[in-house]
Amino acid sequence: MPTIQLDEACVRVPLPGRGEREILAPTTLSLTERRIAIIGANGSGKSTLARLINGLVRPSSGRVTVEGRDVVREGAAVRRLVGFCFTDPAAQLVMPTCVEDIELSLRRTVKDAPTRRARALAVLAANGLANHAHDSVHSLSGGQRQLLALAGVLALEPKIVVADEPTTLLDRANTRRVGDALLALDQQLVLVTHDLEAAARCDRVLVVDDGHVIADGTGDEAVAHYVGLVDR
Amino acid sequence: MSDLMAGLHQPGTTVLHRLPVGAKVLGLAVLSLAIVVVRDVWFAPVFLAITLLLAALARVPLRSVWRAARGVLAIAVLASALQWWWYGGEKAAETFLDLLSLGLAALSLTATTSVNEMVDALSRWARPLRRVGVDPDRVALTVALTIGALPGTIAIARETRDAARARGVDRNPRAYLSPFVIRVVARAHESGDALHARGIGDD
Repeated sequence: MPTIQLDEACVRVPLPGRGEREILAPTTLSLTERRIAIIGANGSGKSTLARLINGLVRPSSGRVTVEGRDVVREGAAVRRLVGFCFTDPAAQLVMPTCVEDIELSLRRTVKDAPTRRARALAVLAANGLANHAHDSVHSLSGGQRQLLALAGVLALEPKIVVADEPTTLLDRANTRRVGDALLALDQQLVLVTHDLEAAARCDRVLVVDDGHVIADGTGDEAVAHYVGLVDR
Repeated sequence: MSDLMAGLHQPGTTVLHRLPVGAKVLGLAVLSLAIVVVRDVWFAPVFLAITLLLAALARVPLRSVWRAARGVLAIAVLASALQWWWYGGEKAAETFLDLLSLGLAALSLTATTSVNEMVDALSRWARPLRRVGVDPDRVALTVALTIGALPGTIAIARETRDAARARGVDRNPRAYLSPFVIRVVARAHESGDALHARGIGDD
C-alpha cells in the first residue's frame, strides 16, 4: 500500500483581528494500511486532515507527503495518486449527463474522443451505472450520484481514494451501498465518516477531537474509544 | 430544473449527430441570424417549420421538444404581449413564433452534440489565443462549466426562496438574496475544489 506521511503537519486559519485558530494541531502519522477511517465530531478537524492528503488544504507548517511526493511542491503529481470524493456529489458532478461527467475526468489522460467515450462507458458499467450513462446527473438518486462521483474518481485510476463523509447525505440503504463499494476498493482508502459501522470495518481508525488525533488503533478499539468519548 | 435539462445530449446516429460541431454551430448561427433579420410575419411559420424539421431529423424526443418549447413559451408570451401593445398583432405573432424557432434550433444543436464534443471544438477554436498566453482548454472548460452550473444555481435559488417562504420572510429581498449569494459562492468554491481534486487544470 502507498505511504501517506504527515510530519508535524499543522493547519491554522487567520481570524480577523484575533490572531489565528488552530484547526489541526501538529500531527505526525504514517498511514500504510489499506482501509483507514477518520472519525470525530463535526468541526473536530477530520476533514482538514483528509484534505491535507491531496493538497486541497495546505499545511501551515510541517510537511505532508504521499509516496514521497510533497503535496505542496508536487501537487499535480499527488493529485494523480490521490482521488477525492466529497460529501455532496452535486459539487463534484459538473457535466449534464453521467457519461459526460466521467469523460471530463478522462480528458487529461485520454485525448481521442471515441476512446474516451468507450472508457467512460466501461467505468460506468464497472460501477453499476451502465443503464444511466445518458441520464441527467440531476435525475439520479442520492446513492447513485455518490457512486457516479466515485466512478469519476476511479476513472483516473488513483492509488489512494480519500472520501470525506460520502454517506452523510444518504439514507441507510444507500449508506450501506456506498460504504460497501468504498470498502471493497483495491485502492488504499481514507474514509472520513460518521458511520461507525463502516469505520469498525477498517484496518485502522483515527479519532480526531478538537484538532488532535486522540486515538489511533484497530477498528473496534478506536470506535469504542470514540463512543466512550461521546457518551461521557 | 427539468426545463433546462430538456437540452440534454441525446446519443444517436442521425445526420445531425454525425455533422462536425463547427458545421452545426455555423448552421445555428446562420439560421438564428435569418430568424432575427427577416422581418416578415409570413416567414415566421416557415422558420418554425424548419426548426421542427431539424428537431425531427435529430430524432429529439417529443417530450424534450415540449419541455424546450415550454421553457421559451413564458418569455415568448410576455415578449409578444408587449409587441402587441406597442406594434400590433402581426408583430406579436412574428415575435412569438421567432422565439419558439430560436429555442428549437438551439435544442437541435444541444441534443445532437455532447458537452465534451463542444469543449473539444471550443478548445480547437481557441488555439490561436495561446499566442497571447491564454490556455484554450481552460477557456473551453470554463464555457462548458458555466453552462453546466445553470441548473445547480437555479436549484439553489428555488431552495433559498422556499426557505425564505418557510420563515415568512419571502417579501424581504435581503432574506432571500443574501443566503442565495452565499450559497452560490460556497458551491463555486466546492466545485473548484472538486475540479482541483480531479486534476482538472493541472496541465
